[in-house]
Amino acid sequence: MPCVGDWLNCPLSIVQGIFAQNAPNSDWEKKVTEYFKEKLKENNATNWVPSLNDVPVHYLKPNSLVKFRCMVQDMFDPEFYMGVYETVDPNTNARVLHFGKYRDVAECGPQQEIDLNSSQTVTSERQTFYCVPVPGESAWVKEISFLTESALIYKLASQARVSPSTSYTPSRHKRSYEEDEDMDLHPSKQKEQHMGKSCCCGGDIHGCVEPKRLETEASAGHHVISPNCSPPLDLNFPLPGEKGPACLVKVYESWESFKVNDVLEVFGVLSVDPVLSIVNSEERDSSTLDPMECMDTAEEQRVHSPPASLVPRIHVILAQKLQHINPLLPVCLNEEESKTCEFVSNFMSELSPVRAELLGFLTHALLGDSLAAEYLILHLISTVYARRDVLPLGKFTVNLSGCPQNSAFAEHLYRLIQQLVPASYHLRMSIESMNHSRFIPHKDYTANRLVSGLLQLASNTSLVIDETQLEQGQLDTAGVHNVTALGNLITWQKVDYDFNYHRMEFPCNINVLITSEGRSLLPSDCQVHLQPQIIPPNMEEYMSSLLTAVLPSVLNKFRIYLSLLRLLDYSISDEVTKAVEEDFVEMRKNNPESVTADDLHKMLLVARFLSLSAGQTTLSRERWLRAKQLEALRKARLQQQQCVNGNEL
Amino acid sequence: MSSPASTPSRRRGKRGRGSNPPTPQDARSPPSQKRRTDDSTSTGDLQPMPTSPPAEAQSPGAADALFSSPPQFRHSAIPLDFDISSPLTYGTPSSRVEGTPRSGARGTPVRQRPDLGSVRKARQVDLHSDGLAEDIVATEQSLGQKLVIWGTDVNVASCKEKFQRFLQRFIDPLDKEDEDIGLDLNEPRYMQRLQEINMVGEPFLNVNCDHLRSFDENLYRQLICYPQEVIPTFDMAANEIFFDRYPDSILEHQIQVRPYNALKTRNMRNLNPEDIDQLITISGMVIRTSQLIPEMQEAFFRCQVCAFTTRVEIDRGRIAEPSVCKNCNTTHSMALIHNRSMFSDKQMIKLQESPEDMPAGQTPHTVALFAHNDLVDKVQPGDRVNVTGIYRAVPIRVNPRVSSVKSVYRTHIDVIHYRKTDSKRLHGVDEESEQKRFTEERVELLKELSKKADIYERLALALAPSIYEHEDIKKGILLQLFGGSRKDFTHTGRGNFRAEINILLCGDPGTSKSQLLQYVYNLVPRGQYTSGKGSSAVGLTAYVMKDPETRQLVLQTGALVLSDNGICCIDEFDKMNESTRSVLHEVMEQQTLSIAKAGIICQLNARTSILAAANPIESQWNPKKTTIENIQLPHTLLSRFDLIFLMLDPRDEAYDRRLARHLVSLYYQSEEKVEEEYMDMAVLRDYIAYARSYVNPRLGEEAGQALIEAYVDMRKIGSGRGMVSAYPRQLESLIRLAEAHAKVRFSEKVETVDVEEAKRLHREALKQSATDPKTGIVDISILTTGMSATARKRKEELAQALRKLIQSKGKAPSLKYQQLLDDLRAQSDIAVTKEMFEEALRALADEDFLTVTGKTVRLL
Repeated sequence: MPCVGDWLNCPLSIVQGIFAQNAPNSDWEKKVTEYFKEKLKENNATNWVPSLNDVPVHYLKPNSLVKFRCMVQDMFDPEFYMGVYETVDPNTNARVLHFGKYRDVAECGPQQEIDLNSSQTVTSERQTFYCVPVPGESAWVKEISFLTESALIYKLASQARVSPSTSYTPSRHKRSYEEDEDMDLHPSKQKEQHMGKSCCCGGDIHGCVEPKRLETEASAGHHVISPNCSPPLDLNFPLPGEKGPACLVKVYESWESFKVNDVLEVFGVLSVDPVLSIVNSEERDSSTLDPMECMDTAEEQRVHSPPASLVPRIHVILAQKLQHINPLLPVCLNEEESKTCEFVSNFMSELSPVRAELLGFLTHALLGDSLAAEYLILHLISTVYARRDVLPLGKFTVNLSGCPQNSAFAEHLYRLIQQLVPASYHLRMSIESMNHSRFIPHKDYTANRLVSGLLQLASNTSLVIDETQLEQGQLDTAGVHNVTALGNLITWQKVDYDFNYHRMEFPCNINVLITSEGRSLLPSDCQVHLQPQIIPPNMEEYMSSLLTAVLPSVLNKFRIYLSLLRLLDYSISDEVTKAVEEDFVEMRKNNPESVTADDLHKMLLVARFLSLSAGQTTLSRERWLRAKQLEALRKARLQQQQCVNGNEL
Repeated sequence: MSSPASTPSRRRGKRGRGSNPPTPQDARSPPSQKRRTDDSTSTGDLQPMPTSPPAEAQSPGAADALFSSPPQFRHSAIPLDFDISSPLTYGTPSSRVEGTPRSGARGTPVRQRPDLGSVRKARQVDLHSDGLAEDIVATEQSLGQKLVIWGTDVNVASCKEKFQRFLQRFIDPLDKEDEDIGLDLNEPRYMQRLQEINMVGEPFLNVNCDHLRSFDENLYRQLICYPQEVIPTFDMAANEIFFDRYPDSILEHQIQVRPYNALKTRNMRNLNPEDIDQLITISGMVIRTSQLIPEMQEAFFRCQVCAFTTRVEIDRGRIAEPSVCKNCNTTHSMALIHNRSMFSDKQMIKLQESPEDMPAGQTPHTVALFAHNDLVDKVQPGDRVNVTGIYRAVPIRVNPRVSSVKSVYRTHIDVIHYRKTDSKRLHGVDEESEQKRFTEERVELLKELSKKADIYERLALALAPSIYEHEDIKKGILLQLFGGSRKDFTHTGRGNFRAEINILLCGDPGTSKSQLLQYVYNLVPRGQYTSGKGSSAVGLTAYVMKDPETRQLVLQTGALVLSDNGICCIDEFDKMNESTRSVLHEVMEQQTLSIAKAGIICQLNARTSILAAANPIESQWNPKKTTIENIQLPHTLLSRFDLIFLMLDPRDEAYDRRLARHLVSLYYQSEEKVEEEYMDMAVLRDYIAYARSYVNPRLGEEAGQALIEAYVDMRKIGSGRGMVSAYPRQLESLIRLAEAHAKVRFSEKVETVDVEEAKRLHREALKQSATDPKTGIVDISILTTGMSATARKRKEELAQALRKLIQSKGKAPSLKYQQLLDDLRAQSDIAVTKEMFEEALRALADEDFLTVTGKTVRLL
């Protein structure tokens, strides 16, 4: 345990140790990463590292090791920093070498000066990412990762005063009760809980951080404007009403491999040195004097070096891209690790009951329509697995038409989906929201940053668009742009970010589900007309009772099911290819009008997800027939609907 | 010592040390004289700034020339080494040039180069003695040959000599640049440049680093690695030659050498700590410019007590205020006199990576530039520029009150040379090729590819591989991507001939028209994609906007102008409203856009190819109707398309089978396999770019003959039946297509094969779109007049029949509409529709035979 505390609480001292051993040699950098990699591999060590996602910044010790699950929102320019520097004591002329890696501030003792002209100085480069918590992350993801992973945090962080066994248990119980009802209060509640407890970070830091904390909340929509702070900094979350810390993540290695909108898990040194903010404010004051400093506008300064207490810095030691953010699954799903294999095969063996249960659950949720439920499952496990030139393959946008309008069905359906997928967003379409919200991220050149928009979402986020609330009205220019952007997103799975002088295309992978009364005005891959079997008198009651009826363990299985199947590989054998070919030719022969290439596309998609949903990674003849049958059912329903409408008109 | 990674600190040391400004002699005297002034005061970084330059710095006889030069320059940042106390020297300091015996540059002041940092003079170190000892500063000419500038391997004398040799001898008869107009390529080009400077009086000598590299590799390396030291030496050399040659020339200030086109770094993303303090060239787009910043170069202080004055140089952005007056020893008596201090212009510019250089999925990088003096306000936000300059990294200042320092450096580039990449477009399109450079291997690869016999088919296959078949359409689009040759007939009064090929795709919905458009849009660098439904005439052309801040009218360009020299993809062409479509008339033939709005009248170039897609009016293509009837587009517009393709859903089993196999393969093939199968998109893109910029085919004799034949044949087809099946526009299309096909082969000459293919493709497109559905015969008049010849004939016949019918009715002044129609139907042996009837009525009304009012027909 003491050794654990060491590399967790003061990783820099370990780096210092390694540095001292190998000093002038640049090998030390490699050795540092090796060391931490080894440490984190040890039994569940990753769980001991406190996570910025769960713990407010002011409870974390500065310069301790933290982790953060986040999405890269923007990339700043690379920075040159002093990788190695030398300090001189002017009295004794003693020279000491230091490392600048993993630090914002070049440290030197009270009696020392930094020798900027030393020949030992090494200039290195690092890249800064502006990261935000994964947008639309579901409450259950936060909760579960909090429960399972950071069970030890408080034990470790507050080791000094609280004994491990007593501190945690009560708070957990308390939390899990309330979380389901009102997640909105999450951070503030957490704060309350821990306020009473002894603070691990020491009073000084705490004191100076507290007002800033308020500022975060203010900007996040609580409208508490603390009197002494300047207009709240826009933390640039893609979705309105998001909370959580935004972070400047400094990456030292292979930053080229990361892209905007990637979801990362980073392990690194937390830096909240108040000096960072002080240096900034001083700079701003003297900017009139100094031509060097006026190269950045005040706005840019504010954005690029916000107060450390508000936007902490993480100096990354290890970073990895996440395939998914579902805490119920192993982080990395490669086949080499036996543990993962075991997990997957265990789950696969009980796949079909889970599927049946999920189908039942969704059927109820869709008011007894099992066909729609089937399609909803297919939609939920769909993912863009490849792109052929401009054509994204594997997207499966479903338009659920025929939703009952008045009973807030769409709203409740979204709540259920939110319980199943790790990240989601509910977009209520209305003239007002289309005209006034910002969908497309755009570059703000005065602040030199990418201002986020609703459509800047991580891969595999579920975007549920509710068209039932859309009324007649006039869209203005912004509205038209927004609708076009939505259309592009659905058809090409890309968003054109606005860089003022030009547009840049960012491919994305977002599952779009549209609920509407009639056919949606947005394009979709497949329209399913809902045929409710029952109309519950009280929708709210019906839906919530549905959710409470499901055991938490079963719900977790659903979650694993949806996340896992998305990651499976898939292929079609030559034999089945032949059969499909034959089938297609046959269908066309009978009635060339009825089946087009587009239909074949759709059927192949349905067949793909149908096979995957049953855990099969190859297409079989039966699945193909089943896919055809589903499509036929769906089409018949649409036609029938058209007839009805025709009669009405 | 000079390990690149540690450069910032080393350089900074030097900069601080040699704080003396360049003296006039510095720029052109031999080393002996120059070094005399070498600073005795500047020995260490932490030393106080020299408040007063050493007296011995004064050149003999310098004072004589004091007033010889009028204070004609506004940039007053001229450092003074002498005679500080005399107010008379203000503004004309560098007029003392007599100190340098070899110079004839009377009256030509030196101007400080802030772009090279505040200090140009570096100390020399004798390599043969203790090379690293900081205190050894050479002062004697005898040591000259062994001297190098501290921290580098640059020997001033030999460096200068080499550069002079370069200026005097460099000839490159092959090299051609757009700036070379009027230069004799067989004479030393830089000597001609100097001559030009003499005539024009612009004292800047732009030197292409590429030339230097081919002339002297070592000198080039030195320039790249130690620009701060080498460029002043170059200045010296250039000035010596210049004033030797033109001793009477009077320039605003001495010639400054501006190197450009350094090969060191092209891409902003590749900048790394090793590039610090080196000469780099990067390209990018200006996104923001600051206002002009007057930067104090030298502060002027006067003692409040005894009126003693002194000047203090800027050191790393700071002025050290003298605390004690040297004259009367009063403390804190010195006050800054602003209007006698010297300032230089400075501007901060933010440069952003060009979109082409960016890897997918990342945001663009930016870098700060500092422009000085002349270069201020040379660029505007939105300009694409190539910048040559010195990359700098400066530590963020130590705050005196905080012991710790931010360990981050601030980086910027001191601009030495700008080259706008956009402005070249003024000369014409061909120069644009400069922008896209190809490595030799790449060119080899492309040439290799072009030799393949089936390159045309290969490229067509590589185009949008995910779209199945439609080979002829892909071929057509391919030719569109290559385009014809630009011809200029201005002298014969016809103006430019359109070289761009316009294509219209029409057909059933769901035949991946949009996908093709998207692909093309993604392929070409200057492509625009709009949808007919969403775009207005304004969005396509240009609109005038009032800038809210400046209240100035600004012209904002729309999609068509933006895609100049590119392709404008317009989806849902048929949904576009009439007024929007009408702007396309001018663009599609004249390739210009005229704008007359809010007091701005101008003509913009819009040399864009148009790739449009249209859906049939009845959502399903009606094979019984003509193209015009199917898509309801005005024939004036249709005839401007070179190729009109129908994308129909073919109905045959073999096709279905192949389609099915293709689609299924899409759904399980891994991506790598796909890549191998087809040509890479990048290769395709380069191939097209290369052909567009370097291949310019001309018609050969045989090809010309073949074209004539083809045209005559086309006309013959129709003439037999009393119809015309080709117009000169079609001939022009054929020529363009043939040229494009020759480009595909990288051939400079259009040959018969090209004409054959053009003919075939044209016929294919024609067969699909201009076939008269009633007769099954190709009839170009469907496109040119919107109606086939037979249809027109039939219309006339019907009108005549109607006239006869009415006349046969006798004297009745008015007739019932329905009655008349019924009668006509009864009489006619073909089915007469209401539309046909109405048309006939209209035709008769045009002849003033009758008028139609409501439901009655009145005879006149």
